[in-house]
Amino acid sequence: MNKTYFKEIKFTNFYRRLNIFSSILIILSILIILLKGLNLGVDFKGGTLIEVRIENSSVNIAEIRQSLNKMNLGNINVKKFGKENDYLIKIQITKINDINFIKSINEKMSSDLGSVVNFRRVENVGPKVSNELLKDGMLAISLSLAAMLFYIWIRFEWQFSLAAIAAIIHDVIITIGIFSLLSFEVNLSIVAAVLTIVGYSMNDTVVIFDRIRENLKKYTKISISEISNTSTNETLSRTLITSVTTLLALFSIYIFGGEILRGFSFAMIVGVIVGTYSSIFVATPILNYTNVNSKTVLNENSNEYI
Amino acid sequence: MLHFSKLKLFVIYFIITVLSFFSILNFINNNDNFILSKKINLGLDLQGGSYLLLEVDSKPIIIQNLQQKILNLRKILKKNKIKYKNLKLTNQTISFTLDESYKSTFDEIFLDKNNPVNLFYEKYKSYELDHKIENSKVTIEYSKYGLVELKISSLDQSLEIVRRRIDEVGTNEPTIVKRGNDRILIELPGLEDPNRIKKLLGKTANLSFRLVTNSIDEFGSEVLSYENSDDKISISKRVIVSGDNLINAQPKHDRQSNQAVVSFTFDRSGSKKFARVTSKNVGRRIAIILDNKIISAPVVQEPILTGQGQISGDFTFQSATDLALMLRSGALPAPLKIIEERTVGPDLGEDSIKAGAISLIIGFLLVILYMIYKYRKLGLIADLALIVNLIILLGVLTILEATLTLPGIAGIILTVGMAVDANVLIFERIKEEIKLENNNIHAFDNGYKKARSAILDANITTLISAVILFFLGSGPVKGFAVTLGIGIVTTLFSAYFFARHLSASYVIRNKDKKLNI
Repeated sequence: MNKTYFKEIKFTNFYRRLNIFSSILIILSILIILLKGLNLGVDFKGGTLIEVRIENSSVNIAEIRQSLNKMNLGNINVKKFGKENDYLIKIQITKINDINFIKSINEKMSSDLGSVVNFRRVENVGPKVSNELLKDGMLAISLSLAAMLFYIWIRFEWQFSLAAIAAIIHDVIITIGIFSLLSFEVNLSIVAAVLTIVGYSMNDTVVIFDRIRENLKKYTKISISEISNTSTNETLSRTLITSVTTLLALFSIYIFGGEILRGFSFAMIVGVIVGTYSSIFVATPILNYTNVNSKTVLNENSNEYI
Repeated sequence: MLHFSKLKLFVIYFIITVLSFFSILNFINNNDNFILSKKINLGLDLQGGSYLLLEVDSKPIIIQNLQQKILNLRKILKKNKIKYKNLKLTNQTISFTLDESYKSTFDEIFLDKNNPVNLFYEKYKSYELDHKIENSKVTIEYSKYGLVELKISSLDQSLEIVRRRIDEVGTNEPTIVKRGNDRILIELPGLEDPNRIKKLLGKTANLSFRLVTNSIDEFGSEVLSYENSDDKISISKRVIVSGDNLINAQPKHDRQSNQAVVSFTFDRSGSKKFARVTSKNVGRRIAIILDNKIISAPVVQEPILTGQGQISGDFTFQSATDLALMLRSGALPAPLKIIEERTVGPDLGEDSIKAGAISLIIGFLLVILYMIYKYRKLGLIADLALIVNLIILLGVLTILEATLTLPGIAGIILTVGMAVDANVLIFERIKEEIKLENNNIHAFDNGYKKARSAILDANITTLISAVILFFLGSGPVKGFAVTLGIGIVTTLFSAYFFARHLSASYVIRNKDKKLNI
């Protein structure tokens, strides 16, 4: 019956080393983001995106590039997108008010490539809108961080709030860093993913913190470091099981959900892994360093059961 | 925590039954009844269609209105015997010079709340125009609220015209709504090629009939070019009749020239004016001008007294149809610019639905099997709760007639993954309690009680993210926020009411057994 409690892991022993590891990861992520930048999609940079299916399967990507280059469209980018014959074309210019712009690209491509060219999706975002979307996206992420900070501060003490936010910022920076490193496109759905990661990571952290608070109230004589250790162990199987079920769902989207959701599900997979790690090895250690103790939590009104 | 009153059970299962009923509605066709016809809408990314965001370009209206203001200003200045010099309009600013001695009189008139030039808005406690007097130079421009009012009124007019034009095309259930002060959002489900709509909205369709003059030197002339060529001729600035006077316009095939033309009918005052001018000017040319481009400039053969005529140009039947449609719907007060356009073809939408459904089923099965592997019988309870959760989530979406997008499907799958969390938290807690307690019922009761605060906190944080995303996200991403947010609420319901009832019955039946979880 006690199979999940056969041994306690000494999490506290790893704190120092993993904190250094996390700090390095954060610094590296920031450096990569600053030096390499992000591969912003048309949502945020403006431009034209065309998802195209070439009916003639003997056409290759070089021919598509060549055909587009002849049209003087400025900076273009072509890549395979999912299935055979499906490509994603990104064009920097947005002649959005030129009614024949898209049509003429289609006509020229089909005559150059000698094949029916099916534009399955066209997105054309003007510079004004893309700037606003970028601003809204950043506002949404900052607002959600602020809201989390506030919520935890109300439900717990400021030390918990600080530690939880530090962990979330850690998750967000590393996720964005990985996107920068791999040159994955950042678009609106990635903002949605980041916000969900914020929620998920918070969710994970809160469960451990809730247990720490409970144990701090129960065992007033025991040090915070030991309490953290016990609490992390007690909640460990929940932490892992929930991560596994969430990841099962996410991998299912990543593999079977089609090309459009791939970036989104990838960001979420990274976020869930990093978020799970950070609740144990970032949020909890930081809470330790703030010297939170039984007095801190006993002072607050007993609102364990709201 | 394990006791349920009969009433409570009735309410719980009643809610589940009603929501299941609504979720089933999505799979049967019934369009007659108000309630039975409720369905989850598919977003443009799933059913294919076009999304257009238009911005009203208010600059021409500002200039037009300021020109009118100048005329009125002249009248007022003259009436009050105020001497001025250099009255002109540059860069959306009216300026003129005024002698020192007239300053206070001008101020008085200009700030009179009933003056005809500078309106006073009671609701903003502000004037339409701001004015400054420096030395002897007066500058006048639109005030902040003046601009707001102007934008709102031109947006309202534009919206009406846009609606008429799109309705005439007869697309399937278009959505046309205002966005902010100066934008119009259009969603056209099922439309594969938005070009026709873009063409129809790309013109303000300001029609005017004006006399052709001999040369630019003639008083009140300007040079305009033809629509279809670079030829230019000089045209009188005076408008004989404008598009406002049209009561009908239809495309027609002209037998004589074997060309498509647009035939039109003027209203009474338009007919009178046109009759008068054509009577006086037989032998001269009258230009038909659309958006400052000449369509044609035919010679007046005889006076036109019936108020009917036709416009010929290099029309195809399609372009004649479109021009007639634009003339019927009226001119836009200002040009519209497309600032965002997204179009998804129907076959991609179908592929997305398929991919979404497959990943939902697979994700669902994986989670279900994993829970049974981890918790055996209790896992089954969690799985039943998960199925009920999915069904009532669909039910709520149906009642709200929410729009399901591809990211929305991802939100449902994510809900599947995260929904079991509430039950995992409870089951883990029960495991701990069973170690301390000999009484199974107490262990379950405590497990539910103690897990509650963690579950609430954990779900509220995710809900906060969903709410923020809902308000700041756009289009498909909003659909994600909807399913994620509603998913959290249904998850709490299914874990705390449905699953709790099942586990209560389970533990009461097995209260003396050693539980293997």
